[in-house]
Amino acid sequence: MKRSTFLGAAVVSVAMAGMGLGIATAAEPIKAAFVYVGPVGDGGWTYAHDLGRKAMEKALGGKVVSTIVENVPESGDAERVIRDLAAKGNKLIFTTSFGYMDSTLKVAKSFPKVEFYHATGFKSAPNVTIYNSRMYEPAYLAGIIAGHMSKSGKLGVVASFPIPEVVRNINAYTMGARMVNPAITTKVVWVSTWYDPTKERQAAEALIGQGVDVLIQNTDSSAPLQAAQDKGVYAFGWDSDMTAYGPKAHLASAIEIWGGYYTKAAEAAVAGKPLKQTVWGGIKEGMNDLVSINPIVPEAARKQVADKRAEIAGGKLVFTGPIKGQDGTMKVAAGKSLTDKEIDSINWYVEGVEGQLPGQK
Amino acid sequence: MIGFELVRRAAPSRHMQVLAPVQAVLLTLLAGLALFAALGQDPLRAFHEFFIAPVSSANGLSEWLLKASPLCLIGLGLAVAYRANVWNIGAEGQMYIGGVCATGLAIHFQDSWGPFLLPAMIVAGALGGMFWASITALCRARFNASEILVSLMLTYVANMVVKYLVFGPWQDPQANNFPLTVEFQDDALFPLFAALGWEWFEGARLNLSIVITLVAIPLAWFFCERTFAGFQLAVAGVAPAAARYAGFSAPRAVWVAMLASGGAAGLAGVSEVAGPIGQLNDRWTPEYGFTAIIVAALARLNPLAVPFAALLMALLYLGGESVQIELQLPKSISQVFQGLLLMFLLGSEVLVRFRLRRRREGGSVQATERSVDAGARRSPGEGQR
Repeated sequence: MKRSTFLGAAVVSVAMAGMGLGIATAAEPIKAAFVYVGPVGDGGWTYAHDLGRKAMEKALGGKVVSTIVENVPESGDAERVIRDLAAKGNKLIFTTSFGYMDSTLKVAKSFPKVEFYHATGFKSAPNVTIYNSRMYEPAYLAGIIAGHMSKSGKLGVVASFPIPEVVRNINAYTMGARMVNPAITTKVVWVSTWYDPTKERQAAEALIGQGVDVLIQNTDSSAPLQAAQDKGVYAFGWDSDMTAYGPKAHLASAIEIWGGYYTKAAEAAVAGKPLKQTVWGGIKEGMNDLVSINPIVPEAARKQVADKRAEIAGGKLVFTGPIKGQDGTMKVAAGKSLTDKEIDSINWYVEGVEGQLPGQK
Repeated sequence: MIGFELVRRAAPSRHMQVLAPVQAVLLTLLAGLALFAALGQDPLRAFHEFFIAPVSSANGLSEWLLKASPLCLIGLGLAVAYRANVWNIGAEGQMYIGGVCATGLAIHFQDSWGPFLLPAMIVAGALGGMFWASITALCRARFNASEILVSLMLTYVANMVVKYLVFGPWQDPQANNFPLTVEFQDDALFPLFAALGWEWFEGARLNLSIVITLVAIPLAWFFCERTFAGFQLAVAGVAPAAARYAGFSAPRAVWVAMLASGGAAGLAGVSEVAGPIGQLNDRWTPEYGFTAIIVAALARLNPLAVPFAALLMALLYLGGESVQIELQLPKSISQVFQGLLLMFLLGSEVLVRFRLRRRREGGSVQATERSVDAGARRSPGEGQR
């Protein structure tokens, strides 16, 4: 008995020492690092992450300092950058693009005391946490506005890669528009890049040339919106508020809001209890939204958007049946909804999207 | 009108021909110091962060060699091809196909071929790169199509082949429809130095693929400088008419040049997919095939200088990351350095062959000092036929 008491006392004192250590190190700011796929000045995806980072720094005062590395290719280079950041004493590392998934996992194995956060992936580990935002929610709301604004009945998407994250946004956008006008169709151009203003612009112009009069994008730059402005059609901002890039063409922006999540993760790290839960948030969690709706959008459309937004914020799922597939077959029966797992691996288009999904079997 | 003009030197100085790249590097470094100062940084500290800090640890050295190795390998192949005046711009695509062929073996025979798998992948990668280059060679040798255009455009085709495979038949069924193959098992990967008992490289990514590059350097040199075939190639490059007169086959030179550079690029592809990446995915576009063109030019197509040029280019990448992490300077500084280097190199080369002279009033003076520039090898900058 005595021995176990002694052991217990030892455990307590070690634990206290550990807490003491925690308090001692809390005085030193925690180092956080962000790996970006594009430049901060892309005005879209990377810019939104950087706004989040700045919000985190502001919220935590001097308790966290952060470093960024931009334009990191999603190839063998990513692992070197991530490893370097971990070796240089960063305790929190956010890798903000899907292509960093395997590199993040590899580095995380050699740095068990560093917490890694990977945006948009699907593989996690004890010290690799996944976070993502349900961009299909604001995409759906954007679709409602597009349904009201399109005269030609043809919508266009400048899309990056045919991965589930993008496919579901195309689907949600089309569903929103077809709720307003069931005759609407959506054309998709794949540019095979996240950030290449030239290619994005060319794709936008190709779509406009085919009669598309409302564009949305799933790429990172503001080039599609600028093309729409030049050609006198409408478009949406994506990831960040892009109003300034084409005020006449801009109908609204579907934005990512990462600041809250980054702040929580940093606060948890400062408190010594790292955030480990996978987060896939949307409008309800304040992780994204549809903002800056253009005054030219009619009142009826605004009201419909506000109603649907309230429903989604209240927990209604976007991918709720009846949803028909591209060929008209029923994919989701009335009253049923796609599960998160199904949404995360979706590889089919809804009715109204034109063309074949690359790699569809 | 008073101005300056370039006059061809009677004979370029042999010393300066060798020293021109060194001078270009030094000028780049000087311009770099000025650039850092202009960005409000202590130039010496920034210089240290850019050029020294990234490679002053075991891991840094490992990363440096890992980055330089494929650049060197492709650069060697391109040096051989460019000597023959065959301008293979599509090494990037040949590298993709090399990677694809190796991946095909890796994912289908992971469980059955054991220790033979990796050697088979290396052979398949080299053959894949050669096959892709042979399309260009055929078009050039048979139909006299421009190898510059054909090889460049085939790069985009190769990229589409990769995309088709990873989105389609080779996609990992566990990957939630994301475009990746399964990860390679150990039999399909180059062993790490750390795993071979080199404790110094513990945790580093350097692998045995670098041995291929180390073997290729003397081979390329021997081929270029000590074999009859290498001599034929050089003659075909410098003086095509003389080569024809001597009975050297021009199509043969095209084939040798394309196959050598394609094979090297294919091997670089294997070293990537079976090395740091460990799978095939649609994001694998490292652009080594394009950067290696600068490497070959910087080395003045000399196989023994290619490794140094490759190390320098690799260092520019690592340095850019380092100054961003440590000083929060934009990473695009790497590209500024690459541009400076290329500009100083081409400028130095021009001044080695030409001299600047005050323009005289009226009349052309070029004839007086013009001479046949037979001794100098053509550099990529003036590659037009």
